[in-house]
Formats: sequence, C-alpha cells, structure tokens
Amino acid sequence: MLIKRSEEIKASEITDKGVYTSRRLFLRGAALAATTLGTGWLYRHFATPSQESAAGEKIADVQTASGATVPAINDAKTAYEDITHYNNYYEFSTDKQAVAPRAKNFITRPWTVEVGGLVHKPKTFDIDELIKLAPLEERVYRHRCVEAWSMVIPWVGFPLASLLNEVQPMSQAKYVAFQTLADPNQMPNVRSGNVLDWPYVEGLRLDEALHPLTLLATGLYGETLPPQNGAPLRLVVPWKYGFKGAKSIVKIRLLDNEPPTTWNLANPREYGFYSNVNPSVDHPRWSQKTEQRIGEFGRRDTLMFNGYSEQVAGLYSGLDLRKYF
Amino acid sequence: MKDTRFIRFVIFVNASVPLLLLLHDTYYHRLGANPSEFAIRTTGTLALLFLIISLAVTPLRKVLGQPWMIKFRRMLGLFGFFYAGLHLLIYTLLDRSASLRAVIEDVTKRPFITVGMASFLLLVPLAITSTQKMIKRLGGKRWNRLHRLVYVAAAGGALHYYMLVKADTREPLLFAAALAVFLLYRVANKYLPKYTERKPARTQPRRA
Repeated sequence: MLIKRSEEIKASEITDKGVYTSRRLFLRGAALAATTLGTGWLYRHFATPSQESAAGEKIADVQTASGATVPAINDAKTAYEDITHYNNYYEFSTDKQAVAPRAKNFITRPWTVEVGGLVHKPKTFDIDELIKLAPLEERVYRHRCVEAWSMVIPWVGFPLASLLNEVQPMSQAKYVAFQTLADPNQMPNVRSGNVLDWPYVEGLRLDEALHPLTLLATGLYGETLPPQNGAPLRLVVPWKYGFKGAKSIVKIRLLDNEPPTTWNLANPREYGFYSNVNPSVDHPRWSQKTEQRIGEFGRRDTLMFNGYSEQVAGLYSGLDLRKYF
Repeated sequence: MKDTRFIRFVIFVNASVPLLLLLHDTYYHRLGANPSEFAIRTTGTLALLFLIISLAVTPLRKVLGQPWMIKFRRMLGLFGFFYAGLHLLIYTLLDRSASLRAVIEDVTKRPFITVGMASFLLLVPLAITSTQKMIKRLGGKRWNRLHRLVYVAAAGGALHYYMLVKADTREPLLFAAALAVFLLYRVANKYLPKYTERKPARTQPRRA
C-alpha cells in the first residue's frame, strides 16, 4: 500500500494563509457590494418618484377671472412640481408618479374636437381655433380627488358655456357627454386593453355644464397643460371629484338622456354619475370626511361641494345626494 | 452543515437597503407629492414581498436539495413583520393623525382595513415565537402548526392590497399567484415527496 507522505507537497506550493483569507475576504466583500447595489437599483427602479416631464409653454394674454364668478381661495397654491407629478391618468399608468415620464412625448398637435349631438350648429373644431372662442382666464380652484387628496390649482381656460353657446344646444338637450383620446400607439394601458374600458367617457347634466364655474382648461400656472394634466384640453368641475374632469377631450355630444361614465361602469356601487364632493357620503372603501392637501403635513376637513356650496348647491335642491352620489 | 453566517449577513444588509433608501428619501424630501401615501404604499409592498420571499424558502430548498437554506427563513419573515409594523405605524401617525379612534373606526367600517389589521395581528404571535427558545418550548410539531398561519397572514395581506386598488389589480394578483404557487407546492410535497424534492447531497456528516 502506498502511503503518500506529506513531504510530496512542497511547502512553497501551499497557499499562504494570509493570501487565502484575503482572497476570501475580497470575494465576500464583492458579493456583499454587488447584491446591495442590485437591491438598491431594484428599489430605485420600483419606488422612486420621477422628476421627468414634458414642459409647458407660456400662454399669452391670460386674464384674471372676475371675483364675482370665482370665489377667492386663501390657501397656498400647490407647487407646479406636485401638480405635474401626481396624476391619475390611467391610460398611461395607474401609478400617479409614473404618468408624467410616460406621457412626456404625447402629441397634442394636430388635434380636433368634434362637438355634436343635439345642437343646431355641430362642428369639428381645430384645437387652436377652439381655444380662441373666449378670452383665457386664470382661475384658482380647489381640486379634490375621490382618493381623498387635494390640491389648489391655478388653471387657465374659459367656461364650457362659451363653447356650448357657440354650437347652440337644442331644447331637448339635457346632458353633455365627453369622450377622451384612446390612442393605443401612445397609451400603454389602451394598447394592452387593461384596467378600464377605453375610451374614457364622462358626462354632466346640461345645467352643470353651463354653470359659470365649469371650465375648459388649456393650461395651468400660466403655461399650456403638460400631457399628464390633460393636454391639450380638459374639463374642470371644481365641486366634483377629480375624475369627472375628462382629460385630452376629442368629442363632446349633447344628449337627451344621461350618458354612461367610465368609473360608474367599472364600479356603480362606488362611483355615481354626480360624484359631487361630499364629506358626509363616504366612498364604500374609505372615508371622505378628510383629505390630504398635497404639500401639507396632516389632513384637513373636506368641505361640502369642495367649498363651492354657495355657487352650486342650488343645482341640487330637492335631490337626495345620498342616493345620487 | 454549511456555514451560513456570511449569507445571512448579506441577506440582512440587503433587506435593510429599502429601509435606508426610504429614510434617505424622506430626509431629502424625495418621496414625491404625497409623502405619507408613498411611505405607506412602499412599506406595505415590502411587507408583502418579504413574507412571500420567506414562504419561497422551503419550496426552494427542497427543490434544490439544499436544506441549509432554511436558516434564512426566520430573518426574511421577521423583515416582513418589521415592514408591516412600519406600514401600520405610518398609517396610524400620518394618515389617521395618530388618532386611535380614527384607526378603530377604519378597522370596523372599512373591510380592506379590517383584513389588513387582522393579517398584521396574526403575524404578532408568529414573531414572538420565532426564537430558538420558543421553538423548543412549543415543540417542533406545535410550532410548525402555529406557523402555518403565515400563509393566512400573507393571503390576507394580498387580499388587503387587492381590495384597496381602484381598478388595476395586476400587482396584488401577482402576489396572490406567487403565494398560491408556494402553497400548492407544500401540498404536493406533503403527498408526493418523491416527485417534488431532491435528496440533499450528504457529503459531510451533519453537525449537531
């Protein structure tokens, strides 16, 4: 039997203990660093609010809205950065912070808006012609999302009534329906057919649509709307939850009956046709009593009709707001 | 048995990375427009993620025939519990303005909060009994049976998330699917161990 003797491995060939441990230490350090960087990258990828956005352009000749129609708000305006990086625009993304970067190459020219239905003078407007129908005003409105957060936004636009008067609604017209763009080439969730039934549709009663506070907005903070806020043209109804404000509108129709609305179709128990801001009618899944004003610490109480009771409560006299939420 | 101390250290550091980045972003005001909502969402997602990773350990170690991987399970589960606790703490302090009454009202009135709170409470006894001493005290069999509750808690967490979203259910469904796969594996493994696991290679005698 051959027994190998240890002398057969020369002492010079044995790896020095110091080299062995330092090599091991180096490998371990590298493994630790690589995995940590990887985890950090993953976190950044999934959980970092983006700063990217398409830029707006300055709008010339913006007038200040008259105090008679638009009540003054003493609260501070929400920062431009926040208004443009916290958006519900589900065609692009259901992550509010991811809409701005995903929408940054959105094409808003050429753009037409077809206005028809029960009107005497139906017309397809070019967007640049449409925004000249009435003088553009700056209007600072409270904005209350159904998700219980809110902002104060200096919109630029003109009353929807100016457009409706242009096409002359017939006497049978009782409602106004809005349809927004659904472009699979530009909108990831339209392309994949996910989340909601596209196109997004909204609606108002005609008297709500003609109310002087109801705005067609083309800009904010004196600049054209960035895509994530609904460029080139969106609806703003300050006493209703934000989702009533259809974005990137392509079609407006006047009707004699109540039009379907997207969120109501998706979940009729949770989202009504009216969707007026109302602290005493909770969303089935969360309270509407308080709201998180973006940019503030802590929460504030939600106001009836979002603080516009004096102007709009008359529209709903005799209507059971619990039933018609 | 393989020396897992270093790997456990790596896992600990990696599992702490999200917390450190979240604290860093909070300090530098980089949580976006709605910081409290962002922190609540992020910690909630992390809680669910770590619970589900901890439930992946057993299937993984059996499929690969690497029994030493069991050593990572407790820490991963405890990180899940930690992030869930942070999630509940931030929600209580910031979303409910530190009002216990407002939290109780939410728990009793809002089913998705009821489910979330119940899932968290289920995790508490599991975290308490996670020490070596408690395993001994309860005895392996009873301990195992008790800790099966983690499947209920994780499923509750995924349901809580599912009930919260307005329309986009893809992410909660992904968590639920992962959970279902691991649970199905455990069932299959119980009845068909021959086909569902690889025998560990016995190169060294086991040390006690």
